[in-house]
Amino acid sequence: MSNRIDQLFAGKRTGVLNIYCTAGYPELNDTLPVMKALQQYGADIIELGMPFSDPLADGPVIQDSSNRAIRNGMSLKVLFEQLKNFREQIHVPVLLMGYLNPVLLYGIENFCKKCAEVGVDGVILPDLPMDEYESEYKQVFEQYGLHLVFLVTPETSEERIRKIDSLSRGFIYAVSSSSTTGKDKDMGNQQVYFERLQSLQLKNPVLIGFGIKDKATFDAATTHSNGGVIGTAFIRALENATNLDTAIQQFVAGVK
Amino acid sequence: MKIAENTFGSKYHVDEKGFYGRFGGAYIPEMLYPNVDELQRNYLAILREPAFQEEFDQLLRDYVGRPSPLYFAKRLSEKYNAKIYLKREDLNHTGAHKVNNTIGQILLAKRLGKTRIIAETGAGQHGVATATVCALMGLECVVYMGSIDIKRQAPNVARMKMLGATVVPATSGSQTLKDACNEAIRDWINNPVDTHYILGTAAGPHPYPDMVTRFQSVISEEIKKQLLEKTGRENPDYVMACIGGGSNAAGAYYHFLDEPDVKLIAVEAGGKGVHSGHSAATTQLGKLGIIHASKTLLMQTEDGQITEPYSISAGLDYPGIGPLHAHLYETGRATFLNATDDEALQAAYELTRLEGIIPALESSHALAKLGQVAFKPDDVVVVCLSGRGDKDMETYIRNLPGNTGGNV
Repeated sequence: MSNRIDQLFAGKRTGVLNIYCTAGYPELNDTLPVMKALQQYGADIIELGMPFSDPLADGPVIQDSSNRAIRNGMSLKVLFEQLKNFREQIHVPVLLMGYLNPVLLYGIENFCKKCAEVGVDGVILPDLPMDEYESEYKQVFEQYGLHLVFLVTPETSEERIRKIDSLSRGFIYAVSSSSTTGKDKDMGNQQVYFERLQSLQLKNPVLIGFGIKDKATFDAATTHSNGGVIGTAFIRALENATNLDTAIQQFVAGVK
Repeated sequence: MKIAENTFGSKYHVDEKGFYGRFGGAYIPEMLYPNVDELQRNYLAILREPAFQEEFDQLLRDYVGRPSPLYFAKRLSEKYNAKIYLKREDLNHTGAHKVNNTIGQILLAKRLGKTRIIAETGAGQHGVATATVCALMGLECVVYMGSIDIKRQAPNVARMKMLGATVVPATSGSQTLKDACNEAIRDWINNPVDTHYILGTAAGPHPYPDMVTRFQSVISEEIKKQLLEKTGRENPDYVMACIGGGSNAAGAYYHFLDEPDVKLIAVEAGGKGVHSGHSAATTQLGKLGIIHASKTLLMQTEDGQITEPYSISAGLDYPGIGPLHAHLYETGRATFLNATDDEALQAAYELTRLEGIIPALESSHALAKLGQVAFKPDDVVVVCLSGRGDKDMETYIRNLPGNTGGNV
């Protein structure tokens, strides 16, 4: 069991905190300092956004952060350059999250190879169809020891959740409501869904994403799951920060 | 109408997985899966229902005014030394071919029990056609439109509002068709149960390219019948159409796809010139990629970011191309040309003065290439005149030769 995501969940089954930040945001070279601060103040997993011009599943806050990162000069090439020696300083699991187009253009095999080289543990590609992953890319991901994490929603059928559970490695990303990132929807309405997911006794840990912004929403999400993912609220906190380190310290303290 | 005949197995039609060759598919996030899956499972069965076909045909006839005429353009034919026929989609209710598809999709949405309709629009023709069918059926309508397009297509924005639609400006990215489409998809993600997305072109995730093409295939079905009546033969030598996403071209080509003697010509928007940095000629500038959940040719940077396209015509200002057309391009089944802004404008002025027809800027791109194809005098050429030019009057007047900016 060499993958850091598996190691993490082997030792920690509840309250796992995954924080999303866009690579190259707020400034191009903030990627590493933000990751270091997240690790220092207690994030269990870091999800690094690979900015894309047309992020269909994201709301305005993450769209804006992506656009700014692209304007800053962020690209997959630059990102892998920035991540070259990051494992000397960062030991928490790191996932890359993004959209299929830039990865396809970079080349799937080349991408997986680079991820393995620098020490990335997993990938989230919301627009990569499960069937295509299984028939064309699964072997390459596994060859490089890279976990691919799939999403489920309240509308996903049990049959499909089972299939996703069999293909997903690392954990399953449960979208807390059918919405783009950053939408405020009543978490209470989602309890039935969280309980249903829990009752399925999936082989993968489950992290609840979308709609978590503070301690109350994090606690609500983690009652029935292994933890939660915060994205939009964190980007908002960075947006107006005068001091990144302080802003990150305060943000993480406000959740845990 | 034979909109739901089985075409699987044909080289130029969609396969069971939603692909045309290596193009197409449904690259959607899980949040869209139930909506898209519902459509994939049901669209062909619904299109095959006799009651559906009857209602669709009746509305196209009595409400849209079909069949649209196939007009022999005598003076245009003399100029280009061929037999040129114009398929008059500009005479449809709402002024373009777009309504063929919105009628079909609204009937489908009703059968799926949807109560709210969303759409994207570029030139506003699809938005108007959607707002129109929503008024007709009494359904709520929200249209996403790029902020830049809202400015350059003001008459259509007014029409949509008068029809009762809410027009929401898309302020992200290039603020044109691509971004309107992104916003519509995001709306659908946030409203997965009651909402149907009436996508206006032959792009997007499967089954949209095939579904939209089937609804638009009434164009080529009529061309065949009308040509037989007028010339004694069903098939022309050429079919020409402009291409943004490609819905009017898909409809005009559909019944000729498997007729190799019929040459298909597609005209993209060259903008200020293909290599000027201000163009929307996707086949010339694009590479394989994914846009709006479809694997197709698309304009992108070397890092895989989607490029902002440019065209004087809001309806062609799209950095991708429908997957059917990417396949027709790659297999050589269709010949792809492109027309610049200026060439399209000149073609519009020419048709207006030769035939008394003011075409839409989009359709003018197809007309602009009549002089570039080596026709023989007996060649029968059908040009799909996809829309009328009312919405473009401001642009036409501003660019009129000799207009120095004074009153006209």
